[in-house]
Amino acid sequence: MSRLDYKAVEVGARLPERTFPVRRSDLVRYAGASGDFNPIHWNERFAKSVGLPDVIAHGMFTMAEAGRVITDWTGDPGSIVDYAVRFSAPVVVPDDDEGAEITVGGKVKSKNEDGTVTVLLTARSGGAKVLVKATAVVRLP
Amino acid sequence: MAINPDYLGREYPAPETYEVTRGKIREFAEAINDLNPVYLDQASAKAMGYPDVIAPPTFPVILGMAGSALAIADPELGVDFSRVVHGDQSFHYSRPLHAGDVLTTLTRITDIKALGGNELLTLETVAEAADGQHVVTAGMMLVVRGS
Repeated sequence: MSRLDYKAVEVGARLPERTFPVRRSDLVRYAGASGDFNPIHWNERFAKSVGLPDVIAHGMFTMAEAGRVITDWTGDPGSIVDYAVRFSAPVVVPDDDEGAEITVGGKVKSKNEDGTVTVLLTARSGGAKVLVKATAVVRLP
Repeated sequence: MAINPDYLGREYPAPETYEVTRGKIREFAEAINDLNPVYLDQASAKAMGYPDVIAPPTFPVILGMAGSALAIADPELGVDFSRVVHGDQSFHYSRPLHAGDVLTTLTRITDIKALGGNELLTLETVAEAADGQHVVTAGMMLVVRGS
C-alpha cells in the first residue's frame, strides 16, 4: 500500500465517498470485539423499552467505518494523530438482511505548518447526519 | 441531578496492564470489516516501519471501555447504564498501538453537567507504554438520557 505524500494534498480536495453496510450481525460481532455489550445494540425489545426506535449501531462502529475513509486515503492507518467525532443521530439497524448503510465523505480542511493535514468528515444514514464535528488530523511523509 | 457532581476529577486506574495482541487486533479489524494488511500481516507492518502489526485508530476504545466501566459500575457515581448513549469520542495519538505493547491506563472524570434534561459525563483515558511514554488519550462523552 502506498503512502499519501504531504506535497500531493490540496486544500479543499474531496476524499472518495464510501458507503458501508451495517447489519445486526455486524453489531453482534462488534460488541464481542469491543467489549461494549450494551443491549441497545443487539436487543430490539430492550432498545424500544428505553425509547429508541429500534436497535442502534454502536457509535464506535460508525466512527471506525468513517475512519477507513481517512486511513485508506493516507495509505497508513498510523498516520492518524487526532480523530474526534460527535454522534448526532443514531444509526438505526432493522432486523433484515440489508440492515442500514452509512455513507461517509471527507474534505481537506487545511495543511498545517507542523506537517499535518486536517480533514473534515461527514457521515449520513437513513437521511440523517449521524456524525458532526468529525475531524481527523494526519501526519504525512 | 442523579450523577454525583462530587465525582468530578475522580480517577480510576486500571487494575492491570493491557497487552495488545495480534489476535485481538485481528478480531477488532475483522469486526469493523477493515482487512488492511498493516493490521493483519507482520511483514506488511514491518515494511511500513512498524515493529509489529498496528491497531486500527479506534481500537483504544477497548481501553476506554474498561475504564469507563469501572466508573459506571461505581454505585456512588449514580449512572443508569440502561439510559446511556455515546455522545462524542476522541483519540489523540503520540504513536499507533502495536502488538506487543503493554499499556498502563488511567481513566479520569473530566466533566459532569446537565443539558436539556440529560446528563453528560465526560471521561478521559490515558494510556502509557511500559517505557512510560504516552501512547494515546481517549476522550469519551456519555449522555445519560433523562426519563
